[in-house]
Amino acid sequence: MLKYTIQRLLQLIPIFFVVAVVVFFLAHLTPGDPVTVLLGDEASAEAKAELRHELGFDLPLYTQFTQWISDVFRGDLGESFFLNQPVTEVFFNYLGPTISLAIYAQFIAIVLSLLFGVIAARRRGTVADQAVTGFSLLGISVPSFLVGLFLILLFAVQLQWFPVAGYQPLSEGLLEHIRYLTLPAIALGMMQAGLITRMTRSSMLDVMKTNYIKTAKSKGLRENKITYKHALRNAFIPILTVIGESFGTLITGAAVVETVFNIPGIGQLIVNSIERRDFTVIQGTVLLITVTYVLINLIVDLLYGAVDPRIRLNKKK
Amino acid sequence: MESEIKIKPPKAAKKKSNFRKALQNRMLFSGLVILAIMAIISLFAPLIAPYNPYEIDPMNRLQSPSLAHIFGTDDVGRDVFSRVVYGTRISFFIGIAVAFVAGMIGLIIGLLSAYFRILDHILMRIVDGIYAFPSILLALAIVAVRGPNVSNVLMALIIVYIPSISRVVRSAALVVKEQTFVEALIAQGANKWRVLVIHTIPNIMSPLIIQVTFVFAIAIITEAGLSFLGAGIPAPDPSLGNILFDGKNVIHNAWWMTVFPGITIILLVLGLNTVGDGLRDTLDPKIVHAKRKSKKRSLKLGGKK
Repeated sequence: MLKYTIQRLLQLIPIFFVVAVVVFFLAHLTPGDPVTVLLGDEASAEAKAELRHELGFDLPLYTQFTQWISDVFRGDLGESFFLNQPVTEVFFNYLGPTISLAIYAQFIAIVLSLLFGVIAARRRGTVADQAVTGFSLLGISVPSFLVGLFLILLFAVQLQWFPVAGYQPLSEGLLEHIRYLTLPAIALGMMQAGLITRMTRSSMLDVMKTNYIKTAKSKGLRENKITYKHALRNAFIPILTVIGESFGTLITGAAVVETVFNIPGIGQLIVNSIERRDFTVIQGTVLLITVTYVLINLIVDLLYGAVDPRIRLNKKK
Repeated sequence: MESEIKIKPPKAAKKKSNFRKALQNRMLFSGLVILAIMAIISLFAPLIAPYNPYEIDPMNRLQSPSLAHIFGTDDVGRDVFSRVVYGTRISFFIGIAVAFVAGMIGLIIGLLSAYFRILDHILMRIVDGIYAFPSILLALAIVAVRGPNVSNVLMALIIVYIPSISRVVRSAALVVKEQTFVEALIAQGANKWRVLVIHTIPNIMSPLIIQVTFVFAIAIITEAGLSFLGAGIPAPDPSLGNILFDGKNVIHNAWWMTVFPGITIILLVLGLNTVGDGLRDTLDPKIVHAKRKSKKRSLKLGGKK
């Protein structure tokens, strides 16, 4: 296990290196002079030269890169041009709503898909099964921002059960917090729900075919007990894999859904920064999210190794 | 001559059965029908759209669907149906362009890294690095920095989706490389490039085509997402994403601006996904093989009874 962990950690080094290079060059991808883009065409030559010096753009590229990398390692991602705040500080100010949303969405996705997946597997080939399969295909196909818009139309504009948009922090009370986050969380959770439902259904079907389930049936155990106590438990590892894999996508998906519902999270921060052409914030946010994404996937991977020794052995080979 | 005659019939028969299987596969068929309709709409957009999608008509702002405007009009009086038709055209164009270019580059990168050890180390590290980015985030950042227009959106999407294709190509090519016929070719002294181009490419076509179809679908979704976030096709050009963006501001009184472009996206993506799944079922030899095996097994069981 230790060897496997170290191996996986070492694999991260080149990945992070490439990620860092790409993120660094993002700021250099601007068509024309980035300083002109920032200050506008009317800015004086002196002002431009000063800003160029301040940003280090007058240094050779590799010096800029090494300097930037060493800053990043010290946790310094630069300062926002627009907000005059360190990027890390801005990022963590906006992180709360995004995490709340991602966790709530994951919760909804898991509850829905375990329920639907088990129903579909138990009634294979019936209308219920087809409905569930259709639901999961839709969930996988329809982009989350679109689900969000449709939810707003139905539940906020027509039925007026939920607010159209906005956000209330947890400090305003749990109920308000949940009321504002429910539609966004369903929108975000739909794709996860689609994926997990599919996996639950097929994994349950596999387990239901095994001999010990037949034994349980012939012993005369009740159907419910067989499904939930014997089958679902053993069907759970592949389901867990999909849940884990989807957690990283949730964080980025949250960014898009936030824009639909005007939630002041990371997504809003990115979109606002694009409008303000605040490159350091875009750079920093992309870097932080990607690193989080990679690390979450790593942790999930390592956890399987701990949960199921077969996975560890297979990967070693 | 004789051997040729003997070999040919089973080959032709197999092809026919593959084609027939493709038609019999209901999912693949319905997906293809949806896509064909969408393709016709985008190809003949100027003939189908009843109005100029750019024409502003302040007198007819936010008209609900009627015979004159079957999808209603938007917040500046443009005909939503015409805009959706042209938006479909742009989505289709972007999907095809991204799938084609990313497919070609991905194919080259995948093949090179499967056959050349040193290149493998360099190329795959870069590919893994780019693959590590959440795709919409990287595309968003590239377009944000370069400025929103069609060519930058294309560039961003191509960069983002090359890794998934080259990974598939590489792993498929590695399998081909291990096969006896390639060993035999190399033992005969065949040139590496010859093996690569003439013998490997045809044998990795199925996984490549399947992956390219998925990239096609996901590029359309991502473009819509980017345009919706204001980092895609810039106004006033119609794109399914930016019609939705305009619609969001008037969602209280103009449901049609959300529902119609929304349903169009769903149909497009559903069509592409079912085609992708259907192609995988018909083209992927592993699945076909497994199905045949299970068929044989059930026959045997039937015999026993």
